[in-house]
Amino acid sequence: MSDKASLLQQPAPLADVGLRLEIATLFVQALNLEVTPQEIDPDAPLYGAGLGLDSIDILEVALLVSKQYGIQLRADSQDNQQIFRSLRHLTEYIAAQRTK
Amino acid sequence: MEAIPLLAHESPSAVVAYRGGLAIDARQFIADAVRLGDRLPAGAHVLNVCSDRYRFTVGLAACLLTGRVSLLPSTHTPAVIRQLAQFAPDAFCLTDEPSCTIDLPKFHFPQFPQERGPTWQIPRIAATQLAAIVFTSGSTGMPLPYKKTWGKLARCVLDGAPRLGLLDGRRHTLIGTVPSQHMYGFESTVLLGLMSGNAFGAERPFYPADICAALAAAPHPRALISTPVHLRTLLAAGVDLPAVELIVSATAPLAADLAREVETRFGARLIEIYGSTETGQIATRRTADTATWHLWPNVRLTATDDRVFAHGGHVEQETLMCDIIDIVNDEEFLLQGRTADLVNVAGKRSSFAYLNTQLNAIPGVIDGAFFLPDADRLSGTGVVRLAAVVVAPTLNSAQLTEELRQRIDAVFLPRPLLLVDRLPRNATGKLPHHALQSLAERYLRGAP
Repeated sequence: MSDKASLLQQPAPLADVGLRLEIATLFVQALNLEVTPQEIDPDAPLYGAGLGLDSIDILEVALLVSKQYGIQLRADSQDNQQIFRSLRHLTEYIAAQRTK
Repeated sequence: MEAIPLLAHESPSAVVAYRGGLAIDARQFIADAVRLGDRLPAGAHVLNVCSDRYRFTVGLAACLLTGRVSLLPSTHTPAVIRQLAQFAPDAFCLTDEPSCTIDLPKFHFPQFPQERGPTWQIPRIAATQLAAIVFTSGSTGMPLPYKKTWGKLARCVLDGAPRLGLLDGRRHTLIGTVPSQHMYGFESTVLLGLMSGNAFGAERPFYPADICAALAAAPHPRALISTPVHLRTLLAAGVDLPAVELIVSATAPLAADLAREVETRFGARLIEIYGSTETGQIATRRTADTATWHLWPNVRLTATDDRVFAHGGHVEQETLMCDIIDIVNDEEFLLQGRTADLVNVAGKRSSFAYLNTQLNAIPGVIDGAFFLPDADRLSGTGVVRLAAVVVAPTLNSAQLTEELRQRIDAVFLPRPLLLVDRLPRNATGKLPHHALQSLAERYLRGAP
């Protein structure tokens, strides 16, 4: 496992909790999900079972992330599988990579 | 008997595909197809799920060379795979995914040495050979098979290639955002590349930044083979768009203003293709300029009563069209919308009858119906999701969603899925759209 992957498994810094809720709120609004932002399990998979996002949602999320945080996601980056493992992983990725 | 070459590439060194930055030439491609054909297990029907477009195409060619039939269902849910195994008990799955979970006997795409074949000869395939069976979701719960011969498949893309300017003697590179297994991706990347003597990119770029990188890496002239969802997302993503020479869109109608914006931002013309799983591609239009569709040279439409049938050219048999069509003249028509039962979400097609049958087959569901909610705003991708109202006192919405996930493609999963005491059926048992819509709005406001 790469250094980056093991970094992503460490617990979130406290500052990320606010960002996590912000991202969860964006998800619920943009994807029309039937849960409240607080109900999203930060460790549940985003794709498939778990939160139940599909590939169209992932595109929608990619647009949100590019607009809100100035990050262009790439499927061929080593991080991509990790990013969508959970809301916690996505939050950490955004916290580390955001340009706005 | 008429035979059609497997590919139109005239020299052994002509490029068939670009993969990971490397060019794969026609000689290598044929050698790979022959080697794979020699190794395939017994079984005449193949579910080719290779996500790498080059491997998919080698798989298709190996099947053609050995008389096997490629199966192209519209989705790979467990229920559809079970139906496929019943349809063709000898079917196996050709996959390039180590963790493939499809419940069929699996054959993993082998690693081949980088050596070309000893001789250079383009195989020819009988025009009447059954090449593929494609499936629509039908309306009864069983997928409906449509047989495609090699001759008709080849003719379909060959008749359409001049409209796209792909037979002008230059070597074009086709970059597709659609999977090889989808009818449009199958026709407009795999078959079109082979039959027009051009090259395709083996990767399937997904995110806007991926699509731009794949285009930027491709030799000119470049063609982007995409869909309204991906084009809308590309424009919205705020990325620098690389120069391309052609953009192709299909799977769902593209709005004229979006088409104009795509043309302006890319500085290239956009050709939209109209077709269906049953008929294959049958018409094109330059959407920025006109709403009128221009039929393939030998395909014709005939109106009988209120119904429109396609026939001629590569269309295997007279086929009822599911869209509402106004025939302008022998060669042109206008699309006026879809028949009420047809559903298109993100370019995937199904019918309300099929989806409702699947929903009502779930143990514990007493009554239930899908519907398309009125969209109050468009999302970034422009995709509007289906909703469903269900009477199922013993189930919760998570259990219902999990059951549906086993049966229908994820794009059709209802959002929201509303559990109600009874459906707002009228005196004749029908469910008026406005009744469903207002029920959904009441529930979403939290006042059932």
